[in-house]
Amino acid sequence: MKYGILVNEGPYTHQASDSALAFTKAALEKGHEIFRVFFYHDGVNNGTSLAIPPQDDRHIPNQWSELAKEYNIDLVLCVAAAQRRGLLDESEAKRNSKAASNMIEGFRISGLGQLIEAGIQGDRMVVFGD
Amino acid sequence: MSMLHTVNKSPFERNTLESCISLAVPGSAILLIEDGVIGAMANTKHSEMVKAAMANVKIYVLGPDLKARGLNEGNVVDGISVVGYGEFVDLTTEHSAVQSWL
Repeated sequence: MKYGILVNEGPYTHQASDSALAFTKAALEKGHEIFRVFFYHDGVNNGTSLAIPPQDDRHIPNQWSELAKEYNIDLVLCVAAAQRRGLLDESEAKRNSKAASNMIEGFRISGLGQLIEAGIQGDRMVVFGD
Repeated sequence: MSMLHTVNKSPFERNTLESCISLAVPGSAILLIEDGVIGAMANTKHSEMVKAAMANVKIYVLGPDLKARGLNEGNVVDGISVVGYGEFVDLTTEHSAVQSWL
């Protein structure tokens, strides 16, 4: 089955990012396809490359990044939500004359159309948030 | 096929479980996750509402989230099934759509 996953809450807030990661991993282990994970609102903070959680804590952005690499999953940050919160990839940083970019490998920035497409192309949409 | 509802907040914090129960069509399923697992506990002021709902809908609770909160599987309302993430995935395939109550 083909899944779209929507994450509306940032990491280390309540539990949405952890739940979404656990669900995504479980679905992949069962042989399902993750069509896309879309990060909206504070969920875009899952894509930061600057997080330094304590060493004995889980590293949520790294876990997404590693999952994307292992399973070739499409992780998309909403562009408007990302810009509001200061999450930039290299081209957005350049375009807005910012000193640095801070998006972790494995993510990309795109628009809400990508969420709609995941809803249309996927068999199921599972939402995690606050 | 029927709908799978997920509820992620405690009934002591928000009224999403109550809303979900009142709107869920008979034959659908409710999965309690995150703080929503509190709603599965027996002998609370919400237990009767949950028990009554089970005449029409099947109710599940996510075991790892119970465990994360130090809650005992033995204390859930009779008839609620404790499931893992793998079964969470299976529930999404067995129902035609997923409604997340946030």
